[in-house]
Amino acid sequence: MSKIWNSYRYLILRRFTQIGILVLFFGANAWGWKILQGNLSTSEIFGIIPMSDPFAVMQMLVTGVIVATDLLLGVAVTMLFYFLIGGRAFCSWVCPINMVTDSANYLRRVFDIDRAQLQKQPISRNVRYWVLGLSLIVSAVMGITAFEFISPISMLHRGIIFGIGFGWAAIFIIFVFDLLVLKNGWCGHICPLGGFYSILGKFSFIRVHHTEENCTLCMKCKVVCPEKQVLYMIGKESIPVLSGECTNCARCIEVCDDDALKFSIRDFIQNKKTGE
Amino acid sequence: MSNHSEAKKPLSDRRKFILNMARGVGYAAIGGMIWSAYLDEAKASSLILRPPAAIKENDFLKICIKCGLCVEACPYDTLKLAKPGDNMPIGTPFFTPRKTPCYMCEDIPCVPVCPSGALDESSVTVDGHLDINIADMGLAVVDKNSCIAFWGIQCDACYRACPILGQAITVEYSKNERTGKHAFLKPVVHADACTGCGMCENACVTEKPAIFILPREVAMGKAGNYYIKGWDKKDEARLKDAHAIQTTTNISRKKAVDKLNVGFEGLLDE
Repeated sequence: MSKIWNSYRYLILRRFTQIGILVLFFGANAWGWKILQGNLSTSEIFGIIPMSDPFAVMQMLVTGVIVATDLLLGVAVTMLFYFLIGGRAFCSWVCPINMVTDSANYLRRVFDIDRAQLQKQPISRNVRYWVLGLSLIVSAVMGITAFEFISPISMLHRGIIFGIGFGWAAIFIIFVFDLLVLKNGWCGHICPLGGFYSILGKFSFIRVHHTEENCTLCMKCKVVCPEKQVLYMIGKESIPVLSGECTNCARCIEVCDDDALKFSIRDFIQNKKTGE
Repeated sequence: MSNHSEAKKPLSDRRKFILNMARGVGYAAIGGMIWSAYLDEAKASSLILRPPAAIKENDFLKICIKCGLCVEACPYDTLKLAKPGDNMPIGTPFFTPRKTPCYMCEDIPCVPVCPSGALDESSVTVDGHLDINIADMGLAVVDKNSCIAFWGIQCDACYRACPILGQAITVEYSKNERTGKHAFLKPVVHADACTGCGMCENACVTEKPAIFILPREVAMGKAGNYYIKGWDKKDEARLKDAHAIQTTTNISRKKAVDKLNVGFEGLLDE
């Protein structure tokens, strides 16, 4: 039992927060709970603390409107929060699409699809930054928050809280895309919100740290990692994972049998020479 | 042969970078075109009824962040968020009066909760107090062909359902010439009082409602400012500083030609 807890503790906690947040949102709409109202675009915690999706507000800004103070306040709270716990912690601890793509990724391993598609991934992981830029350009030109009108993330969380309609089709397409076409296709390549939080995550506080002396080069961490390019230092250097693309999902920490990976607070002073 | 292989030097990193960027721009242009085309369609649906105090539709689509706080605040479950498949801009709040009308709560719970300003509290505030009666969600329109009151059958369902009874809808009496002894009791909507809550549409007894709510921009025409109600002192006052504008064109510079009588002067004398 403790073995299971040890190797799935963060995964269990992540599913708990992901589902818990949705349940609280759902309860707010269905039964009038006041704990967490709204949805992931904008919410109110206990009816007081606002949180807003900074990327949605950014799109709003480029359409040329004056953004309400409440939203700007909400953006500030969200940015501060994810600055502290790691930009893409949103992706792995909050975003409901994570459960969809994680299950696709799991099935890829079960059915050995990874091995069948061993060749280089056909598109670059930088596509998300292009989509991010394009979202802003299309928003500015069309005078409408472009990504918010097609975002499968919003479709899913809004759908779970307020009714999904045909939104399930978009979610299913992402599942199939991730399962059969491109490994980590949506979250790791395309999603501009992930791209946005990657940029924010470059400066964030809590990071995964690697201790090279403990590493036995089993590479289990790279197998489970959804953004394995961020783990380039495994077995080479004792440095923290500084890439903002790391989602702080902590799968690498729990699969590591050798205590070579752990969460730690980022050392901003960086006066130590590593590898000395 | 050797000359040929010399010509194929490996591309410089700078050249590769520029070419890759150019390819990215190409993809982005195609993607952006498809994306824009979709958005253009998505925002074109004009027959949507928004919550009270909603700002103009164009701005509404920009500013509404689709959080659903208004939907949660609505005690009657009148407001819904548009789902994929509803054929409305996705995630934005709307209501369907035939299913559930707006019951015009006095405290308008849906409006003050809006964090984005897409629902503008000041537009339903009079002297510091919320007043739902000045909301403009839409306008009731009567289809005289299917309204049975216009046939001469007695029905005042909409009139009775109206929360601004006697102001937004009044009943107009006229003689029914067909029978000679009955009266038509025809409902008439007054745009200045109607809020577009949709209680009338909800109450209408016909199979498909003969009175229904349309967004004001769709339901109303506009006279422009050329016409003045001479019987209305306030409107007449617009004429106070008015002055005639004389325009001269090439044609008007000459005198008008009298085609009927010119050239025949001598004929009558003969």
